[in-house]
Amino acid sequence: MTQVTFMEAIKSAIREEMLSDPRTFVMGQDVELNFLDEEARKPFRPERIRNTPISEAGFIGAGLGAALTGMRPIVELSCSTFLYSAMDQIINQAAKSRYMFGGQAHVPLVIRAPVFYTVSAAAHHSDRPWGLFAQAPGLKIVIPTTPYDAKGLLKSAIRDGNPVIFFEDVLLADQHGNVPDGDYAVPIGVADIKQAGSDVTIVAIGASVQHSLLAAQKITEEGIAAEVLDLRTVVPMDRRTILASVAKTGRLIVVDPAPGTCSVASEIAATVAENAFDCLRAPIVRLTAPDIPVPFSPQLEQLMYPTVEQIIAAARAMCLKQRPAHYEMRKRLAAVDSVDN
Amino acid sequence: MSAMDPKWVRESSSSNLQLHEMLRRMLRIRMFEDKASILKSASIPGVLHNATGQEAAIVGACMALREGDYMTGTHRSHGHPIGKGVSLSPLMAELFGKKTGVCRGKGGSMHLADFGAGSLGESGIVGASMPAATGAALSAQLRGTDQVCLCFFGDGAANSGLFHESLNLASIWKLPVVFVCENNGYAICSPQVQTTAIADIASRSASYSIPGVIVDGQDVLAVYEAVTAAVIRAREGRGPTLVEAKTYRYCDHIEDYKYLRYRSPEEVELWRRRDPIQILVSRLRATGDLTDDELSSIRLEVEEEIERAVSFARESPPPEPSALLEDLFV
Repeated sequence: MTQVTFMEAIKSAIREEMLSDPRTFVMGQDVELNFLDEEARKPFRPERIRNTPISEAGFIGAGLGAALTGMRPIVELSCSTFLYSAMDQIINQAAKSRYMFGGQAHVPLVIRAPVFYTVSAAAHHSDRPWGLFAQAPGLKIVIPTTPYDAKGLLKSAIRDGNPVIFFEDVLLADQHGNVPDGDYAVPIGVADIKQAGSDVTIVAIGASVQHSLLAAQKITEEGIAAEVLDLRTVVPMDRRTILASVAKTGRLIVVDPAPGTCSVASEIAATVAENAFDCLRAPIVRLTAPDIPVPFSPQLEQLMYPTVEQIIAAARAMCLKQRPAHYEMRKRLAAVDSVDN
Repeated sequence: MSAMDPKWVRESSSSNLQLHEMLRRMLRIRMFEDKASILKSASIPGVLHNATGQEAAIVGACMALREGDYMTGTHRSHGHPIGKGVSLSPLMAELFGKKTGVCRGKGGSMHLADFGAGSLGESGIVGASMPAATGAALSAQLRGTDQVCLCFFGDGAANSGLFHESLNLASIWKLPVVFVCENNGYAICSPQVQTTAIADIASRSASYSIPGVIVDGQDVLAVYEAVTAAVIRAREGRGPTLVEAKTYRYCDHIEDYKYLRYRSPEEVELWRRRDPIQILVSRLRATGDLTDDELSSIRLEVEEEIERAVSFARESPPPEPSALLEDLFV
């Protein structure tokens, strides 16, 4: 085991896969900088680490063409919102090629997409767009939260035969963790129980997993045992693990820093409502961002993401208090009104 | 030596066989699309974007490739796989939406692909297959093969950002891709003069430091010659070329749609008199490279191929319901 940061784990996954598979190569804006260390670059021909012009549609589409013809491109964006500049190439071309051409196409394409928020990057650089891309069948969508998962999931993504968007929550970039010294992979499509518990299930995405773990730790003192489930992969979604956890706890909180409407949080809530309604002992709670672009001012931005305190309050309300039904309903109607207006 | 020179036919494009094959493929495209138009209301769902009149631009370019090369198409693209030699039956079955279609009935008219023949697919979105063509060429370069990718697009696509991004990328990396613009003068119904700031798309090649070639798109040999030169250049590692074939579609943007008048019948007639199939036939007869018997037998063979393709498509079963959820992921 070696202790590394989240970003170091990602870089080592790329280096190891490039060493073991000559079909892999990296391209994107300024990617050579990621390999500046001469020792790290030494094993690779310069053609395999390619700086691109600022042409997201052009080079993501070129990644698709290379993938269709036997290569395994790793395309890097410097910010996840730049995915939008290549929306047609990602959704119409990369995601649909296999299905639309009747299974002829193999698209082993990885798109790395760092997700910035909470850092006053303002609206053009601050989205959390996993839900948006989950609406495009044909894409796999991954968002790891520990160095171990980041390295193992990226290796799986590079080895996968399908287009994978690999979101990297930059709140986690400097986080340390242990990774094995040898080769390993974490399977795509499997959620991870980061903490076991029996009273309430907290399904979280990205850095919200860390917030949920902190919240879970604090409410242990109040006698509430929360189970924290790290979704890790948005598509394909590990519905089985979510449902099994809720079957055990009877309560569900979903924490997702993306806007709530038609979100991944909504999909998780709907999955549980449809399949585990009988197990629920309290209404499902979604803690998400409001449906607004991200403001620049830190004083405003900090108001918009789910907090540790909100997670604690939700868990506490669910597990400890039983309010009369009409009181809860009035509160919920007021909340719906405020969203619509 | 000009491609118009009959001597060129004998000297450079080698045998009668190859000339007859050009004619055969052009006839296949013409007759395939004519037949599809007839079958449209009864048997073919969706819309048809035919390319009647553009066959020389398509076949001349495709014949410059060899086995193992790649190709990407457009929304007006029945002809491109046919030009590359793909068998007609699975293409017709695809238009019918049948299980035996080249894309198992999931792509249809605008999204034909036959990976086995290097046809990497067509895009219903104008210009959108240009980056993938660039990427296929990048792949060939990285793998150290001498494969080339032919990228078909239209004058409409030349005004999309993808044209710029793709040509720039291909040029800075010296990729083995040949960009073939079938300029038929209209972006759907809007004439080029309304939509494009310049007369010749090929002159944009200067912005990418690559050769730009204008060629008579009704003359299959001229197209073949220009694209062959570009393909050789690409194989030698000297990078992309932009070839603009000036051509015309006699048919409307889509079949069976009543358009308001956007061009004069005289203009259409003028182009019909420069029909690419007629031009080739006349030339081959003048040089003694095509007898009446040979012409009738080629026509008959193609007619029979089309009939077989239609029967195959008609008799094929629709996709199984289980196919609905198949082919999403590897």
